[in-house]
Amino acid sequence: MSFQTGINKILQYFQRPTRSASIAKERLQIIIAHERTKQDRPDYLPMLQKDLIDVIAKYVPINVEDIHIDVDRQEGCSILELNIMLPDRALSARVAETV
Amino acid sequence: MAEIIVVTSGKGGVGKTTTSASFAMGLAEREHRTAVVDFDIGLRNLDLIMGCERRVVYDFVNVIRGEASLNQALIRDRHLRNLFILPASQTRDKDALTPEGVAKVMEELSQSFDYIVCDSPAGIERGAQLAMYFADHAIVVTNPEVSSVRDSDRMLGLLSSKTKRAEEGREPPQQHLLLTRYSPKRVSRGDMLGIVDVNEILAIPLLGVIPESPAVLRASNSGEPVILNRESDAGQAYADAVARFCGETIPQRFIEEKQGWIKKLFSFREKESV
Repeated sequence: MSFQTGINKILQYFQRPTRSASIAKERLQIIIAHERTKQDRPDYLPMLQKDLIDVIAKYVPINVEDIHIDVDRQEGCSILELNIMLPDRALSARVAETV
Repeated sequence: MAEIIVVTSGKGGVGKTTTSASFAMGLAEREHRTAVVDFDIGLRNLDLIMGCERRVVYDFVNVIRGEASLNQALIRDRHLRNLFILPASQTRDKDALTPEGVAKVMEELSQSFDYIVCDSPAGIERGAQLAMYFADHAIVVTNPEVSSVRDSDRMLGLLSSKTKRAEEGREPPQQHLLLTRYSPKRVSRGDMLGIVDVNEILAIPLLGVIPESPAVLRASNSGEPVILNRESDAGQAYADAVARFCGETIPQRFIEEKQGWIKKLFSFREKESV
């Protein structure tokens, strides 16, 4: 055991132990907020994404990860946001459409 | 018309059946005609917790299939004349529970009972969905622990979308949080989520806190719901929760660490060292 690790051990002994409950709370708040937004999504989004990939793939080679679909709710209207990265010339098309 | 209460959690092993048994017993003690229904098809256990496992002749699925009448399948509780148990079937057929069948049984029970307590299985499969579908109230049983809290949040989402009330555009089932296996000592040490933490995340009214207690295991060993043991902290906590459910205002108990006089004497030193 080097001198440094010895010092660290002694310091650790006097430090407050990490309060695991606060870590738990923080992790839960993040994951639950994330899951709640997903929960409100319409069921057709994954199918829409797949169909879009099929259509675009006819013309340009494209990956699943290159299409992002999101639904946002703002004051009574939903916004469907499509973000498609075209690989060739790093050309990106952004289509925002009000549903 | 009966009020239908579902006891649900998503996660297994948090105390749904213990809660269903004690809650139904508590409602019956208050002179309400109460039926408690086990929805855990294939893994029947409510009968054991209620201590009537040797009196099961017909079950929920027999009634649905028309092999027995509801009256034949209902088991009268040993302690209270106005409490009845409808046991689950041990069949492995997971389609045994049908929405129409459950609707019929709920309707028939509604004729002669004030409260129907539905003990949901763990998970989000058919049994759990049907247990919550007809509910007017949902008791969400949660342990102060990450996986249980997350699953409870999932159940809250399902309660507000996949229930009859929600589908008919009515108010979804009224949600009540029951924190079980709570250890004030570990909360005060900072190693367990506290009431405030869980409440902040789930944001539903707190019905009660049941402390971690050896009385719960003793109660299930002997087949007597823990609420009957009023000497025990857990028994008293369940009685309080039932009273709150019935509209009484009762402060939460068993949420502070028990302190002996020696500990009190040294509490100053402890605070210093933390």
